[in-house]
Amino acid sequence: MATGLVFDIRRYSIHDGPGIRTTVFFKGCPLACAWCHNPESQTPEPELLYRESRCMRCKACLAACMNEAISWSGDVPVVDAGRCERCGSCAEACCTDARELVGREMAVAEVMAEVERDTPFYEESGGGVTLSGGEPLAQAEFALELLKACKARGIHTAVDTCGHAPWETLDRVRPYVDLFLYDIKMIDDERHRRYTGASNESLLNNLQLLSRHGHNIILAVPVISGVNDDTEAARRLGEFAAALPGNHGVILLPFHRLGVDKYALLGREYVYADLEAPAEERLSEISRVLVGYGLRVSVGGS
Amino acid sequence: MMTDRVKRLRQESLEAKPSISTERAELVTEFYRQNGGFMSEPVRRALAFKYILEHKAIYIGEGELVVGEKGPAPKATPTYPELCCHSLDDLDILNSREKIPFAVSPEARDVYQNTIIPFWCGRSMRDLIFREMTADWRAAYDAGVFTEFMEQRAPGHTVLDDKIYRKGMLDFQKDIERSFASLDYLSDPRAYDKEQELFAMHLVAAALVSFAERHAERARELAAGESDPARRAELERIAEVCSRVPARAPRDFHEAIQYYWFVHLGVTIELNTWDSFCPGHLDRHLEPFYRAGIESGALTRDRAEELLQCLWIKFNNQPAPPKVGVTAAESGTYTDFAQINTGGLLEDGSDGVNEITYLILDVVEEMRLLQPSSSVQASRKNPDRFIERAARIIRTGFGQPSVFNADLIVEELVRQGKSVADARSGGSSGCVEVGAFGKENYNLTGYFNMPKVLEIALHDGVDPRTGSLVGARTGDPRSFRSFDEVAAAFEKQVRRFVDVKIRGNNVIERLYAGFMPAPFLSLLIDDCVARGRDYHDGGARYNTSYIQGVGLGTMADAMTALKFHVFDEMTVSMEAFLAALEGDFEGREQLRQTLLNKTPRYGNDDDYADAEMVRVFEIYFSAIDGRPNTKGGEYRINLLPTTVHVYFGSVTGATPDGRRAGTPLSEGVSPVQGADRRGPTAVLRSVAKMDHVRTGGTLLNQKFTPRLLAGDEGLEKLVRLVRGFFRLGGHHVQFNVVDAETLRDAQANPELHRGLIVRVAGYSDYFCDLGKALQDEIIARTEHSDI
Repeated sequence: MATGLVFDIRRYSIHDGPGIRTTVFFKGCPLACAWCHNPESQTPEPELLYRESRCMRCKACLAACMNEAISWSGDVPVVDAGRCERCGSCAEACCTDARELVGREMAVAEVMAEVERDTPFYEESGGGVTLSGGEPLAQAEFALELLKACKARGIHTAVDTCGHAPWETLDRVRPYVDLFLYDIKMIDDERHRRYTGASNESLLNNLQLLSRHGHNIILAVPVISGVNDDTEAARRLGEFAAALPGNHGVILLPFHRLGVDKYALLGREYVYADLEAPAEERLSEISRVLVGYGLRVSVGGS
Repeated sequence: MMTDRVKRLRQESLEAKPSISTERAELVTEFYRQNGGFMSEPVRRALAFKYILEHKAIYIGEGELVVGEKGPAPKATPTYPELCCHSLDDLDILNSREKIPFAVSPEARDVYQNTIIPFWCGRSMRDLIFREMTADWRAAYDAGVFTEFMEQRAPGHTVLDDKIYRKGMLDFQKDIERSFASLDYLSDPRAYDKEQELFAMHLVAAALVSFAERHAERARELAAGESDPARRAELERIAEVCSRVPARAPRDFHEAIQYYWFVHLGVTIELNTWDSFCPGHLDRHLEPFYRAGIESGALTRDRAEELLQCLWIKFNNQPAPPKVGVTAAESGTYTDFAQINTGGLLEDGSDGVNEITYLILDVVEEMRLLQPSSSVQASRKNPDRFIERAARIIRTGFGQPSVFNADLIVEELVRQGKSVADARSGGSSGCVEVGAFGKENYNLTGYFNMPKVLEIALHDGVDPRTGSLVGARTGDPRSFRSFDEVAAAFEKQVRRFVDVKIRGNNVIERLYAGFMPAPFLSLLIDDCVARGRDYHDGGARYNTSYIQGVGLGTMADAMTALKFHVFDEMTVSMEAFLAALEGDFEGREQLRQTLLNKTPRYGNDDDYADAEMVRVFEIYFSAIDGRPNTKGGEYRINLLPTTVHVYFGSVTGATPDGRRAGTPLSEGVSPVQGADRRGPTAVLRSVAKMDHVRTGGTLLNQKFTPRLLAGDEGLEKLVRLVRGFFRLGGHHVQFNVVDAETLRDAQANPELHRGLIVRVAGYSDYFCDLGKALQDEIIARTEHSDI
């Protein structure tokens, strides 16, 4: 049975599709969006995270590491990335959870055991499971198996995707997906390359194909100040979305800085650490433009 | 909408300073002085009731529509020296304590010093109770193993059904006369006792009518001197209402509300009944009067709302009876748990939601008063709109209304032996406890400190706080070979202390039956009149005594930790574990953190930990459920703490779940504070693993950050969450929307708030894991959120 790298399973997710849902977060993403609020989702392997505020300096991690990758520098433990094999023994030994291994290889059955626990709540609320990430389609086999397992149990499925995958992959999973939450950042390809590290050509094509096949899709648009919150970007988006064969709702997701600490925990720089959330006026302007193209627009939680 | 009148009365009620009134104490003392001779106790109590109502001051406030106060004025709070007599020290503490003081005037102090204390000191029920308890009882009580409700308050924890809306006091008297007529002096050895009880009930029915008539007279006097014609008309109407009810059945909405209020005053003046007394399903009781009034044009929705608001203010004018002794210093509330029910099922099993349900919920939202508290009884037969309306109020963050599973409550009551119709007419009251309204004497008798009992079990029967042997000898835990031996030792201690408690209760029940009958309350609860027996003496159709278990979450995690570390994983020896507890984890912080973070814990839908919760539940249940009380009824359990988990925590040493000595226990059936880290559905699933049907109520608190409830979506999902929980068999849930203050506390004490979730699309994290700057930002947003 397929296994996959999962970095979190969150129950009572209420913003990732209809009803009460469980969101399975896949680790690894083909894009590297500069504003990403889940930086721990990006690399396709387990990562060590360190919360200094929780650390009680007991040095249990030092003793637990079999590769002698951890040393003590001043008041804090330092990990030698070259020696660390991300085995997680230091995290296991850490009694305060200051050290955490993000990303765990899980079998489909394991994930399903967790997912199925909230079935009564899905049934009451019309909810289900959302695959998110990271990029679920980057672990196509695992995603497919998981989706099939959900459908076999009558659980509603949603996939939160950037669409950056070969069409063949989408084509294989789509029979088992009730709803796509399709991230769409901007239509301008040059800008897209600059901010996400990849061209948007394939993801726009894939979106058109999914739409043509009559899939239920919600377009999820992160709104980032100075990146895609200008009227021109909104116009191009509106034009593109309106031309899709299906009639899809748009949800605007204004940038928020909640991810800022995670960069620090991972020991990474966050370019957007000081970026402000987009102003109300910008959001209403973008909404106005999109509504002008006949689209249904809502603003997601900030 | 609040009218100017209501706004003013509400403000006055909020601003009135609670004080001790010696009026009732003086009257009852005068009465007992003059009536110390031979007579039956029911008659003596009836005459005392009559004496108080004939002589107490009548209060009709400016602009009031619903009239009558327990004391001489709003928040002038009476005392009950025949039950427990305040000492001068008690009065000084009440007068000076920082939180929720009661003002005691120099005159009141003098009255106590010269009149009340000399007469009652050593003669009150409290003195009698303590004299009659065994050494074992006293040792357990002093150790903090259990509390005793009846040492300061009379039983009387009950709720009214619909009978007063159909019958006046004169009709009740006719019922009494019928019962009189059927007395069989030749073959019933209790015939004379019954005669005396019935005679007492007859007297109190008349006394309440005269009391109402005194209000009518006062209203007429005020009307005569009133220059404003509008107010004069109101006063004349008040006079008319008070002459009509409670003598005869109410004819309209106003009379129905005023009638209830006179009955409420009667019950709470007679004795200081626990958890007040409340009207129960007010929506269904008032609906016929409302409908008739609207149809005839005599009533408008606004007027009905205003009358209800006036009733709410009346409730809020009555602080809980002030305590004596240690509880006078510690008790942290004026609230007395009057709980007004809405929704649920009608007697025939149909949907109980009606237009008054929504009217009452409007009143709850507008009045925003802590008393009376409100609840929704949510049945699967009720429309979603009803739960949604309640959720909108919950979202405003004032902790009300609490939400109950009406279908499960029916099941609970039927399991206890009630008829289906009586069960459906029942519901929850007070805190979360269930009862058959108007037909049951159900009594909370005291809290039971489960973690303290574990502590005693881990010390072979000794309370380590005092070094004295208070429990059974269950062996040195260091010699235990399996976790089952730990569980068996705990079970044995539970059974022993339950025996001690029940023996005490059974004596106390007889003391109340003998010396403190309650003929007025008996009048109202079926089948006291038909049986000619007092409420305290088994007169009610159903008689249930509850012992409330406290610290289930702490217990679940403590048992799990012992099982996991000492026996399954063998990472810590029993000896080392006990030593760590002894030293309050001093120098053992790594162990403590391991217990908090690396050990299965209840509230996470983790079957390992949840199984221990169920084990504790079953041990507690089987020690108590079904045992006989003295009134022909049984003992039952419920799991609720009010605020006693703080006191119980203060007398309990460090526990194996990583809790430090002296800190609060978990409350109700909620997980240990901060232990639940997998979101609300995981908590609800964990909680639902116990069989709530076999309880008489459980209490679950859930904390939500406001964003989780934002928008129509958040609201809708809350409704679905409740429905899901009730489908799984949960009894009750109360949602507290965390405010900025709680978040600041979480910032300072993250350990207690680990489960607080911050959630946005595609993103979620725990509040405590965010950096300070972001936490501050969220706190600021919470402060300014206008949902």
